[in-house]
Amino acid sequence: MKGKLIIHWSLGLAGIMAWVSLYWNLEALSHLTVQALSGQFSFLPAGGRAFESLAFFFYDTPKVLMLLVSVVFGVGIIRTFFSPERTRKMLQGRGAFTGNAMAALLGTVTPFCSCSAVPLFIGFLSAGVPLGATFSFLVSAPMVNEVALVLFFGMFGWKVAALYMGTGLAVAMLAGYVLGRVKLDHLVEDWVWEIRGGTTGEDAKMSWGERILAGRDAVKEVVGKVWMWVILGIAVGAGIHGYVPQDFFVKILGAGSWWSVPLAVLLGVPMYSNAAGILPIISALLEKGAALGTSLAFMMAVIALSLPEAILLRKVLKPKLLGIFFGTVACGIMLVGYLFNALL
Amino acid sequence: MKKIQVLGGGCSKCIILAEEVQKAADALGVEIQLEKVTDYKQIMVFGVMTTPALVVDGKVMFSGKVLKAEALKEYLI
Repeated sequence: MKGKLIIHWSLGLAGIMAWVSLYWNLEALSHLTVQALSGQFSFLPAGGRAFESLAFFFYDTPKVLMLLVSVVFGVGIIRTFFSPERTRKMLQGRGAFTGNAMAALLGTVTPFCSCSAVPLFIGFLSAGVPLGATFSFLVSAPMVNEVALVLFFGMFGWKVAALYMGTGLAVAMLAGYVLGRVKLDHLVEDWVWEIRGGTTGEDAKMSWGERILAGRDAVKEVVGKVWMWVILGIAVGAGIHGYVPQDFFVKILGAGSWWSVPLAVLLGVPMYSNAAGILPIISALLEKGAALGTSLAFMMAVIALSLPEAILLRKVLKPKLLGIFFGTVACGIMLVGYLFNALL
Repeated sequence: MKKIQVLGGGCSKCIILAEEVQKAADALGVEIQLEKVTDYKQIMVFGVMTTPALVVDGKVMFSGKVLKAEALKEYLI
């Protein structure tokens, strides 16, 4: 038994080392591949447009996919330490600001699928979690997610990734705080308040083996769903990278025009399911002169303001509250957009 | 005959879980009474916060995940 365990661990370690060394040498490897292709085909002269596009594609695709697998696996394991039941317990009866801050932070690590938004909403409220904190959770859970972070890190670097995460959390906290302050409890559908919390609060003990399996399942589920969007997005981004002239987007998507931020937010709402594919395209737009604030606002709107989620939440929120909720989040996102357009 | 309820507001995962339950029952050759509960008022009576969830004879077995037919068999015998 013990011998088997040692074999498992050493295999795992060897795998991780091979994975990391492949990642570090990715740039050189992709460079060699594109060079070799360029030597083979005359329509691919080194340094030409097609060459540039291809080099972009061959480097970014494996890089982002490898990062995605690693991070989704890691986050999948971290999530086994959290559960909605546990998060709810931590948030019960918290005061205004702390409650919002904790809810936003816990939203990033608690396993959450937007199809569970309704039972989670009711489960939180019926157990005495304040409405404002519940909103903070509902904003941050989808917005600050590992796929978005990986793509931001892979395509824009760690600074923009950190910026996205920080401002995403801030929007979640502030929107929830404001909504909690103005006392909107009467705008929650009446039947929600009639449900008095059943609490099936068992936290199953898990072994490390099970946690690792959970990480693997997360990779299967998440990466299995987004990988083609990522590749498609990078392919389009690669095309823009090679073929669109420098500064092409300064006029339309630059910081100069005041209407670009609200327009970006509005356009982002219907694009919910394709966030993984849109981000690489945005990174190429950014390079050609689009403003960072506008781009951030667009991405946040794509990820956080989703139409399917609004339709689900309509079951528990009266139309007015649904409007106020989405309006407040949209305002927060626009604020982020204007702020970064002004600062950078 | 066991009464199996799959809780979930009609998302794709809930449909898959119900299908897997049926597969498991067929493989075992046991008869079950399978019901999909999609109304949130009824779902909340069970106190779950994540869907899909599996309820056997009125008791919540698990929530927030989809299991394959093979792994579901133990809940049906």
